[in-house]
Amino acid sequence: MGNFLAVYSKEMRSYFVSPVAYVIAGVFLFLSGYLFRSILMQFNLICLQLGQRAQQMGGGMPALNLNEMVVTQFFAVMDFIWLLIVPMLTMRLYAEEKKTGTIELLMTSPISSVQVLLGKFFACFSLYAIIVSLTMVYFAILEAYGSPDWGPIFSGYLGYLFLGATFISVGILASALTENQIVAVLLSFGILLLFWLIDWSASFAGPTAAKILQYVSFIEHLEDFQRGVIDTRDVIFYLSFTFFCLFLTTRVIESRRWRR
Amino acid sequence: MIEVNDLAKSYGDVVAVEGVSFAVERGTILGFLGPNGAGKTTTMRMLTCYLPPSGGQAKVAGFDVVEESMEVRKRIGYLPEQPPLYLDMTVRSYLRFVAKIKGVGSAELNGRIDDTMEKTGIAHHQNTVISHLSKGYKQRVGLAQALVHSPDVLILDEPTVGLDPKQIIEIREVIKGLAGQHTVILSTHILPEVSMTCEKIVIINSGRIAGEGTPESLVAQLKEGEVLRAAIGGPKDAVGELIRSTEGVLDVSVEGDEQDGVYIITSAPGTDVRDSLARKIVDSGFALRELRGLDMTLEDIFLRLTTEEVNA
Repeated sequence: MGNFLAVYSKEMRSYFVSPVAYVIAGVFLFLSGYLFRSILMQFNLICLQLGQRAQQMGGGMPALNLNEMVVTQFFAVMDFIWLLIVPMLTMRLYAEEKKTGTIELLMTSPISSVQVLLGKFFACFSLYAIIVSLTMVYFAILEAYGSPDWGPIFSGYLGYLFLGATFISVGILASALTENQIVAVLLSFGILLLFWLIDWSASFAGPTAAKILQYVSFIEHLEDFQRGVIDTRDVIFYLSFTFFCLFLTTRVIESRRWRR
Repeated sequence: MIEVNDLAKSYGDVVAVEGVSFAVERGTILGFLGPNGAGKTTTMRMLTCYLPPSGGQAKVAGFDVVEESMEVRKRIGYLPEQPPLYLDMTVRSYLRFVAKIKGVGSAELNGRIDDTMEKTGIAHHQNTVISHLSKGYKQRVGLAQALVHSPDVLILDEPTVGLDPKQIIEIREVIKGLAGQHTVILSTHILPEVSMTCEKIVIINSGRIAGEGTPESLVAQLKEGEVLRAAIGGPKDAVGELIRSTEGVLDVSVEGDEQDGVYIITSAPGTDVRDSLARKIVDSGFALRELRGLDMTLEDIFLRLTTEEVNA
């Protein structure tokens, strides 16, 4: 536990003493804030038009669902931004240690590679969770002027935590495979995009293959969360994907010890 | 403290280290000497559990480096060739991190860090970010990192490389001060370093041990005989003949011109032919201008041991 905390706090410190955490948080919040505003303006426009039409034609104003028209839309774009940003958070975790030789310190210290890995993973995950939770402010604005349904919002955020853990585990695996951070970024982009879009080919695959392809797609599982459904199947999918990638990472790191 | 038995390492078909065996007693400093690419780093990496050996065994403090790696890792401090520094940390926070993962308890943490910084002379830089330090100070922080948990065994891979002469002397003093309480293995390709700091030397070349012992015993072991240098005035052939006929002389080689030759004379080990030789030369009417014994230096040994295989 002490070792885990030592690695965890070292990684957290490293995010915050370098500009990385601030730049990523800044870029992400700017983009997501801009997109949130655009979605909200769009919604306003629709409201206005419908209101005018209702006045002209007579009759009541049709009920518009704030969650469906704003929250879900917003979640859908945020997913994609994270897919672009997480590889930047994870790229240095192992690649830099390999490049600068500090991996030699870790490998010759009485600390297991699992402790190192978990320290790195949770440090990255904490940073991710902090940045994600900052976007809650947007929904506070919604609450001030409307009445969104908070259930799907919270479950949507829960989904983000699972999705983030999965993204991060993929990024860490890619970082462990190389000492070049650019390679690590591209590799994690590749893997994440593949699993993002993998169900596209479901429509022209056989029935069994289609099911499998849909099952391993990242989006499929996220949609349930964003609709307010917390399904154990989705939770298990994300958790098992994360564990699998982390397990592979420990194998990659320890493989040095097998090459006799 | 350290026992190495027939250690071998190959990368694919390339043999990096083969049949390396040596032992180091507690509290001594062992110098690991060899030209670049001889297999020093590979051997050290095996001792520190960073690389698994392809064959043979190594035990540190009685624990096998493969089977009981965690126990070994608790007991070693290791300074790799490239100091493993996190450049974005301050010296103090870096040492704190290292001490923690080396298992130093929180009660003694600050004391150990202060001691180590004192010993390596970096206390006044403790709040400097490591990337801002000069090469020499980075090297010291690397050394501090290896010392911070007061390990039984210290393994230092070229600890003085890239330092200026003054810093080299300082680092050597630090290392010398460690003998007694710590067992130290240090590698280098700089000869004076070994003779100045180490009590025992292992010379390694092309992945094999080429010589082993104290600096003096290595010299004695490798001496093929006593060597004299003589400057004698007189015709070369006649003088050469005269020297050769002296009892105990095994070999003579001549340099210089016809009248003023310099003769390198080898005689059997343990003999001293100077007196009889001098008398003979003077009696024959040649001018004896210089006669002195040549000591074989560590440098000669090193060169002989590491070039032999190339010639063979």
